[in-house]
Amino acid sequence: MIEIKDISKWYGTFQVLTQCSTRVSKGEVVVVCGPSGSGKSTLIKCVNGLEPFQKGEIRVDGISVGDPKTNLPKLRARIGMVFQNFELFPHMTVSQNLTLAQVKVLGRSQEAALAKGMALLDRVGLKAQADKHPGNLSGGQQQRVAIARALCMDPIAMLFDEPTSALDPEMINEVLDVMVQLAQEGMTMMCVTHEMGFARRVAHRVIFMDHGSIVEDATKDDFFGKPRSERAQQFLSKILHH
Amino acid sequence: MHYHWNWRIYWQQSPDGSGTYLHTLFVGLGWTLALALLAWAIALLLGIVVGVIRTTPLRWLERIGNAYVELFRNIPLLVQMFLWYFVMPELVPTALGDWIKQMPPPWGAFVPAVLCLGTFTSARVAEQVRAGINSLSRGQGMAGTALGLTLPQTYRYVLLPMALRIIVPPLGSEFLNIIKNSAVALTINVVELTASARAMQEYSFQVFEAFTAATVIYLLVNLVVVLLMRLIERKIAVPGLIGPSGGPAPAGH
Ligand SMILES: Nc1ncnc2c1ncn2[C@@H]1O[C@H](COP(=O)(O)OP(=O)(O)OP(=O)(O)O)[C@@H](O)[C@H]1O
Ligand SMILES: [Mg+2]
Repeated sequence: MIEIKDISKWYGTFQVLTQCSTRVSKGEVVVVCGPSGSGKSTLIKCVNGLEPFQKGEIRVDGISVGDPKTNLPKLRARIGMVFQNFELFPHMTVSQNLTLAQVKVLGRSQEAALAKGMALLDRVGLKAQADKHPGNLSGGQQQRVAIARALCMDPIAMLFDEPTSALDPEMINEVLDVMVQLAQEGMTMMCVTHEMGFARRVAHRVIFMDHGSIVEDATKDDFFGKPRSERAQQFLSKILHH
Repeated sequence: MHYHWNWRIYWQQSPDGSGTYLHTLFVGLGWTLALALLAWAIALLLGIVVGVIRTTPLRWLERIGNAYVELFRNIPLLVQMFLWYFVMPELVPTALGDWIKQMPPPWGAFVPAVLCLGTFTSARVAEQVRAGINSLSRGQGMAGTALGLTLPQTYRYVLLPMALRIIVPPLGSEFLNIIKNSAVALTINVVELTASARAMQEYSFQVFEAFTAATVIYLLVNLVVVLLMRLIERKIAVPGLIGPSGGPAPAGH
């Protein structure tokens, strides 16, 4: 579903990504972790072309992301993305947030979009909040709305960039529960997260990044059983002690 | 000082035969408002376009926008007024230039004055629009883009609605500025409020009454605009947000 081949990216002369390669198959859940500044966000943003890259190739459902001929908006509409800071549109109500792209991008009717939005809002347990503005919701609620907003587009894969790290501890689980459910339903997911409990529960593979490279790309059992690199071991021992 | 105060002067007939001096002043006010509102429409439209292109990822567009703002911001308004009135008709194709020069008064001066004030203010609006867009988190644009919105759609539905809300207060002061700046149009013979007050002074020699009236009218217009801006700010406030575009904080949980 997602194939990343030898991606390299520079900001000016600073190399953020160095020959990263991996793949996420249909229905697979891959967790990406690594220290701050290691390039996790950059890599995941390359997958839907939010960040351009200079070398290598990324294919999503067979379509090349870096090809200038690719209709990127159309491709992006099929890939859901959830951000660390939710990024709901503050001037719109929850239901407007859910319907905007369905109507403007997919061309659905307002009624169909609203029906879809409400169904997904119900699924994340927030049906009662439809007419509120994001500013009046808690962080955990906002992130669940953001997930629902992405799901409204019927994505073929979901990208998560540290979806719980801006949340107060008591709200982390309500978001993780939604993600776990999604994973169990067979959604293809690439998740940057340090929630190792989540990784243990639903991940198929874990990728460890450091200094812009993929240092480790292992099945979940291998990763938690015997990480091969010293850096990954150190990193794991650090975050598992928290 | 042997000044003869005469507060009843406003109800006396002006020798130009158009009516009372008060009438003269209100006609002037009418031109001031027409000038300010039309120029404001141009300023908003151009200002939003130029402000937006200065924030797009396209470098050459950004440069054009920057050059535009520098040009209109750094030449004194009075000079721009003369350029629009005296020089512009000579620079455009002859047929158009002749047509402009033959426009009957007051349009021959009014149109250049509107264009001048509009473009001058558009540079300042563009600066505000750019600042407003840049004050939004980068993630907002990314969220729109990630949903499949095109760049124009992202601006239209995601970035501009918030950016414009944020800059309503500074836009309000720009509107007050455009009203004040419209007085410069008297130098190219647009008989707006200040010019009307001067005409009243020249006919009646009641300089204090003439300019007291003009001052009071400007202040009243300002007051109305300030009240209107407050109303607009309240109307567009985003529930649950604090700060310039937010409404009152939600009460409890
Ligand atoms: N727009 C940019 N311009 C220049 N450098 C950047 C830019 N964005 C990110 N970087 C740099 O690229 C590197 C990787 O950043 P990235 O955000 O991908 O890291 P990350 O692994 O997601 O870190 P974190 O855990 O803090 O989110 C960092 O060193 C960062 O400073
Ligand atoms: Mg990051």
